[in-house]
Amino acid sequence: MSGGSVEKQHLLTAKQMADFAVNGYLVLSEVVPEEYNERAAKEMREYAGHGGRYWNESEVIRDIFNLPQVKGAMQSFVGTNPVYDHSFLHVVKAQHHKGQVYHADSIIDTRPFGYDIQAFYFSHDAPDEMGPTLVLPGSHLRKVSNGSIGRYKNIVGQRRLVSKAGTIAFLHHAIWHCAQPNFTDTTRYVFKLRMRPGQEQRALFNTEGYDSPEVADYIRKAGHHTWCGDEGRVNQVNIAKFWRYLTGDNRVDVSFEGALTRMGL
Amino acid sequence: MSVTRQQIMILHLALPDLESKTVAWALYDGSKSKDELQMQTGDSNEPPYESVLDAMRDGWNVIQLPTMPIFISGHEFEQGHLPYEYVLERKVEIR
Repeated sequence: MSGGSVEKQHLLTAKQMADFAVNGYLVLSEVVPEEYNERAAKEMREYAGHGGRYWNESEVIRDIFNLPQVKGAMQSFVGTNPVYDHSFLHVVKAQHHKGQVYHADSIIDTRPFGYDIQAFYFSHDAPDEMGPTLVLPGSHLRKVSNGSIGRYKNIVGQRRLVSKAGTIAFLHHAIWHCAQPNFTDTTRYVFKLRMRPGQEQRALFNTEGYDSPEVADYIRKAGHHTWCGDEGRVNQVNIAKFWRYLTGDNRVDVSFEGALTRMGL
Repeated sequence: MSVTRQQIMILHLALPDLESKTVAWALYDGSKSKDELQMQTGDSNEPPYESVLDAMRDGWNVIQLPTMPIFISGHEFEQGHLPYEYVLERKVEIR
């Protein structure tokens, strides 16, 4: 991914960033044109190297992350000077029936709201039975340690990232997730790229309308995840605090019943 | 003579009330052999029981009640694992 900034039109909108704030991931369906996907899918199937080096060895994958819309999304999350963390070409073989356990990547992160972004690129269709990544929407702001959630098997609201070729899912580094079993006769590939920010992640997206009643209403409602049970309101308030960080506005209040304002926070 | 094995079911509820809704579930079945698959992540969208009380009505024994959360000043908004975790067991005959 080369440096430099993209035109404003390629940045994520306030609604898209609100989606990310609420769920801890954002899916851009079929954002990569078919010609790139065909090249990448062929290359992935023929690739015999180590998955951790694919990023450095593949021309097409770097072309994909230089597409204006993809670059614009990355810039909206981690700015114009992101730092490469790691990448991997993840493979689930045909008829591999054992799923991964739920986990959060890396180590417990002590940044209050700063985050790394993990882009999951699907070069080919990944239908439900092919084992697309499973995520738990709204789990990204909780403190867990890598596999400390590995006992959980099924959680209300979990979502498999069923994707068409050319889709990229952008995941907050702390979201609970796992690879799923592959019940097809075709190997499943997902390329993951993790980047960390080179600057504070405040107002990096197209902030137009970030404080509109529509966006506030959306975050208030969508931020209440059923699986949080009694903790749903506290979870939603954490999302509202995250929104302050993302927008760069420490006064904007999208919390449940305006709790942040009420408490003078 | 019958031989039994233990099944462990873990239900996470929305509230500390044993009749509140199940929000997460896992089953570890000791009657299955090592080469059989256990419950997999993401393999079901509906919980096996709506609540712990429903599972008790079906013969499951509760062997763990969660302790209540403690909210420490200055850390009230910190969240981690699922708080209301109930562990249940039952014995099943394998022959």
